[in-house]
Amino acid sequence: MGKHFIRYLCATFKEPLFERFAMRKAMPSLRYLIIFLLSITCFQGFSNVPQEEEGPVSSKEEVDEYIQHHIKDAHDFHLFSYTNDAGERKHVGFPLPVILWSSNGMVAFMSSEFHYDDEGEVIVEKGGSSFVKYHTKIYELQSGTKNLSFDEEHHPTNATRVLDFSITQSVVGILLVGLLMLWVFSSLARQYTKRKVPKGFGRVLEPLVIYVRDEISRPNIGEKHYRKFTGYLLTVFFFIWILNLLGLTPFGFNVTGQIAVTAALAIFTLIIYTFSGNKEYWQHILWMPGVPYLIRPVLAIIELAGAFLIKPFSLMVRLFANISAGHIVVMSLIAIMFTLKASLGVVGATALSLILSFFITLIEVLVAFLQAYIFTMLSALFIGMAVADHHGDHVFGENDDVDDAEEARENFI
Amino acid sequence: MYNLIGAGLIVIGAGIGLGQIGGKAMEGIARQPEATGKIQTAMIIIAALLEGLAFGALFLGK
Repeated sequence: MGKHFIRYLCATFKEPLFERFAMRKAMPSLRYLIIFLLSITCFQGFSNVPQEEEGPVSSKEEVDEYIQHHIKDAHDFHLFSYTNDAGERKHVGFPLPVILWSSNGMVAFMSSEFHYDDEGEVIVEKGGSSFVKYHTKIYELQSGTKNLSFDEEHHPTNATRVLDFSITQSVVGILLVGLLMLWVFSSLARQYTKRKVPKGFGRVLEPLVIYVRDEISRPNIGEKHYRKFTGYLLTVFFFIWILNLLGLTPFGFNVTGQIAVTAALAIFTLIIYTFSGNKEYWQHILWMPGVPYLIRPVLAIIELAGAFLIKPFSLMVRLFANISAGHIVVMSLIAIMFTLKASLGVVGATALSLILSFFITLIEVLVAFLQAYIFTMLSALFIGMAVADHHGDHVFGENDDVDDAEEARENFI
Repeated sequence: MYNLIGAGLIVIGAGIGLGQIGGKAMEGIARQPEATGKIQTAMIIIAALLEGLAFGALFLGK
C-alpha cells in the first residue's frame, strides 16, 4: 500500500513541483523586470521637469508650450537644462545626426550645431545653404536673408521646408527597439534547439509569446490560418508595447505618439488583410449575397470605405491619441508643482504633483500594455474577417435571398 | 469655444457608453462567471472601438 501511495504522491506532485521549481528560477528575472520598470517610473518625476530657453518654466503658457514641444519629434535628446553660476543657460543632452536634402544636394551635420535652439535664431551654414530650426522643423533660408521672418500665423515667410531624413529621436527609438527585439527573440528562439524550457529572461518572454498566440491570434484568425499571421502579430505587439514603455522613461521618447509611426503600423495591417482576403471576403464587400440588389451598391460603398479608410484610420488614431493624451496628462500633473506653487506653497504643490503623477504613471504602464494588446487584437480580428471560411453559413441561393427573412418569420410563428 | 463644447459633449457621450459597456459586462460576468474570459475580450474590443471613435472626434474637432 505504501509503495502505491508514494507512487500516487509522486504522480500528483511531480508537475506542481516542477512548476514551482520553474517559478523559482523565473522569479529573479521577473523581480529585475519589476525593479527596472519601477525605477524608470520613479526617475521620470525628476527628469521631465519642464525647462525653457530663457529660464525655468513657471507660467501656464510656458508649461503648455513645453508639453506641445515634447509631444513632437525632436532632432536631439534633451535631458535637462540648468542655469550656472555665471547666469548662463546650460543644456544637457546628446545630439543626433541631421540629414537634409536641400536645394544644393545632400547635407549632413550634427544637431548640436543648432545649440538646442528651436526658435529659428541659430543659423547653420552648410554646403552653400543656411538652415534654421523652428518648432522642431528645419527650414532652408532663401539666399541673401539673414534671419527668419514670420507672417501673422507664425509661418516662416522667407524660408522653405527641406526633405528631412534625419535620425531623429523617434528613428533612434525604432532602431533601438528593432535591434533589442532581434537580439532578445532570436536568442529565445535559439534556446529551443537545446532545451524545452528557456532560461533567464526567456522565461518572462515565453508566456507573453504564448499569450499572443493563444489568446489573440488563434481565436480571432482561426485554427486553419493563424500560423501564417502570428509572426506579424507578435512583432507588432512587442514593438508597440516596448515603445509605449520607452515613452514612460525620462529620455523623452514619444514614438507611438507620432501619427506617422502609427499610420505606418496601420498601413501594414491594411496591406496584410487586403492581400490575404479570400473570395468570400471580397464578395461580401462588393456584391454581398442575401441583400436586395438595389441596396448592394450602397452597401458596397460603405463596406469599401470601412475596409480601406475607417479600419486603418481607427487603428492609427486610437494608438496615437491614447499615447499622446497619456504624455500630456503625465506632464501636466508634473507641472502642477510649478503652476500651483503660488497657491499651495512649494511643499504642498510638490507633494500633490508627486502623488498624482506617480499614480497616473502606474495607470500609463497599464495603458501601454492595453494599447499594444488592442492594436494586436484588432489587427487579428481584421485579418480573421478577411481569411475566415464561411462554409455552410449561407444555405440560401441567389434566387430566394429576398424573402428569406419572411420565411424564417413564418416558420417561427 | 464651440470646439470645447463639442469636446465636452464627446467626452460625456463616451463616458455614458463606457459605463454601459462596463456595467453590462459586469452583469454578464455575475450571471455566468465561466464566460468571464469571452466577455472581457468582447468588452475590451467594444471599449476600444468606442474610444477610437471618441478620440477621432476629439482629434478632428480640436
